Amino acid sequence: MAEVRYRDATRIYPGADEPAVDRLNLDIADREFLVLVGPSGSGKSTALRMLAGLEAVDQGSIRIGDRDVTLVPPKDRDVAMVFQNYALYPHMTVAQNMGFALKQRGVSKEERARRVVEAARILELEAHLDRKPRSLSGGQRQRVAMGRAIVRHPQVFLMDEPLSNLDAKLRVQTRAELADLQARLGVTTVYVTHDQVEAMTMGHRVAVLDRGVMQQVDKPRTLYRLPANLFVASFIGSPAMNLIPSSHDGRSLAFGSGRCAVDPVVATQMARFEATDVVLGVRPQGLALGTAGTPAEVVVVEELGSETFVFVELEHLGKTIRVRVRVDAEYSVARGDRTHVTVQGPVHVFGPDGLRLQTRSEADHGGST
Amino acid sequence: MTTTHRERVLTGETVWGTLTLGLTAWFVAAVFFFPVFWMVLNGFKEEADANASPRLFFEPTLDRFREVTTQTPGLLGFSEAFLNSFWVVAVSTVLVLALAIPAAYALSVRPVRRWRDVLFFFISTKFLPIVAAILPLWIIARDLGILNSHLVLIILYTAMNLPLAVWMLRSFFSEVPRELIEAAEIDGTGLWGQITQVMLPIVTPGIAATALLCVVFAWNEFFLAVQLNPVDASTVPIWVTSNVSTRGNFLAKLSAASSLAVLPVVLAGWLAQKRMIRGLTMGAIK
Repeated sequence: MAEVRYRDATRIYPGADEPAVDRLNLDIADREFLVLVGPSGSGKSTALRMLAGLEAVDQGSIRIGDRDVTLVPPKDRDVAMVFQNYALYPHMTVAQNMGFALKQRGVSKEERARRVVEAARILELEAHLDRKPRSLSGGQRQRVAMGRAIVRHPQVFLMDEPLSNLDAKLRVQTRAELADLQARLGVTTVYVTHDQVEAMTMGHRVAVLDRGVMQQVDKPRTLYRLPANLFVASFIGSPAMNLIPSSHDGRSLAFGSGRCAVDPVVATQMARFEATDVVLGVRPQGLALGTAGTPAEVVVVEELGSETFVFVELEHLGKTIRVRVRVDAEYSVARGDRTHVTVQGPVHVFGPDGLRLQTRSEADHGGST
Repeated sequence: MTTTHRERVLTGETVWGTLTLGLTAWFVAAVFFFPVFWMVLNGFKEEADANASPRLFFEPTLDRFREVTTQTPGLLGFSEAFLNSFWVVAVSTVLVLALAIPAAYALSVRPVRRWRDVLFFFISTKFLPIVAAILPLWIIARDLGILNSHLVLIILYTAMNLPLAVWMLRSFFSEVPRELIEAAEIDGTGLWGQITQVMLPIVTPGIAATALLCVVFAWNEFFLAVQLNPVDASTVPIWVTSNVSTRGNFLAKLSAASSLAVLPVVLAGWLAQKRMIRGLTMGAIK
C-alpha cells in the first residue's frame, strides 16, 4: 500500500525529437484508483511503463511510498502489472502462472498454494488451476492475468488496457468487477485506457494526457463539467461536446442567428481576446430543439433507446455547421425535418490558447468541485 | 480433412486441377524417396542380386550388415567410427546451442546496437567456400597438434553451424511476445530466470529444430573430416567410403553401410519432431 509520485518525469525515446512523456507531475494517493486516459500516442502507456521500470525515466523522478524508484529495476519495485494481451506464461498452468512471482521471491510452497487458492477463489478460477492458458477463454485468461497480480499483494497495481481484448458485454461486466475488486483490496492502482467511458466509470480520479503532456487530472465529474481546455472538452464525454468557433462582443457569443449570454466574469476575460478568437463549447444536453431559435435541418438521428441524439445543420457566421443535440427518446424527429435550435445552458468559452475561461466560483475552488 | 463440393466451388478448385497437382506431388516425392528406398533394399541383398539388373524380389539377408560391422584389425571399424562421430556431433551441437542461445537473445529480445550488422557478420562467415580455407585450416591444425583428433572437428563443426543456429534461434526468439519477458521481469526474475524459466521452455520447438539441423550437418560432414582426420578419430562418412573397394563392385555392402550411417540422423529427426509441437505460445496473449 503506497502513494505514487511522478516529479517532472520525462521519457524521450532514443532518436525521437519530442518526449513521449513530458515533465509529468502527478500524485496518486494510497488506495486510489487513478486512470491515465488519452488517444494513442498520448504517452499514457509510456507513463505506466516508467512506473513499472520497463521504460527509463530520462529526467525527473518517480517515488513509490517513501522510496525513490527512478533507478530501481522492475523486479525490485514491488509492483504488479496486467498487460493488454495478458502475457500469460503459456507453458505453465494457471496455478503456476499465478504463483510464479511468489516462487521467485522464495515464498514457501505451502504459502504459495494458499495464496494462489485465495486469489483463485476471489476470481472464480478454482476449477481451472491445473489448466494451461491455451485452454481458457478470453475472459478466463484476463482473470488469470489479474490473479497473477493480486497474489503478490504488491504496493501498486499497474494495468495497461486490461479489458480491451474482451468483447463489449464482458468488458462492461468486468469493468464493474474490477472496480469492486480494487476497492476491496485497497491497493493503489494506475490504470491505462484509451476509452474515456472506462476512465470515467472506474477512476477515482482521471488524468488526461495528450502528446505526452498531462492536460488535466481530476474527478470524473469535474472533468466532465469543468474541462480545463479544448482537448479535455472534446475527449471527455460521450457523445462529445459541440465546439463551435464563434465571435464575441464582450458580453455574449454568436450562435446561429442568435446570441448566448455568458457569465460576467468570463465575459470580462473574453473581452481581452480578438472578437473571432473564441470557441463556444456546449454539450448535446445543453442544446434543445423547438419552435424558437436558430432555424436548422435534421441530418442524422441516432436513437439509443433511452435518449436520442440528433445532428442538425444550421447557419452560423455565414457558414453551415453541424451540431449534435440530445432529445428525449419520445421526441419524434426524422432526417430532413425543419426545426429550430436554442442554447439552454451550460456554455463554455475557450480562448485562443485553448484554455477554458473560468467563472469566479470555479476559480475560487481551484477548478475542483 | 476432405473438402466438400461447395467448398471446392468457393476456392475455385476443379477436380482435374486437384488431381493433377496431387499426382505431381506424389511423383516428385517418389523421385526423391526412391534412391533411399533402393539403398535400404540393396543392403538386404546378396552382391549378385544388387548388381543384377533391378530386381525387386529376392531372398533378404542380414549378411551385408554383419560384414560391414565386423571389425577388421587395423582398419577403421564400425563402432569406432560411430563413437567418434557421436562425440564430435554431440559436443559440437551442445557448444553451438550454448553459444547461439545467448547470441540470439542479444539479437532479438534485447537487441544490441547495430544488431543487423552483427547478424550479417554471422552469415558472412559462410560466404567463403570451405575448399578455399582448407589449406590454412590444415596448417593451423598441424601447428596446434590437433590433426587427427576429435578436437579439430568439434571446433570446426561448431564454427560451421553457429551462424545458422544464431539466425534460426533469433527468428524463434523474436516470435516470443515481448510482454512475456516484461511480465517475468516484473514478477521478479533476473536475466537468467527470464531465459531459463520463460524463454527457453517456450522456444523448445525452435531449439529442437536448430539442434536437429546441427546434428544432421555435422553427422554428414565429409570434406573437413577426410582432410583433417583421415587416420585417427575418423567419423562415419569416412567409414562409409572405406567400404568402397577398388577390388570390385560391392554395392550391397556399401548400401548396408550407408543405411546404418543414416539411421542416427533419422532417429534424431524423429526425436526432434516430437519436440516440435506447434503453437506452444498459444494462450500466452489475448
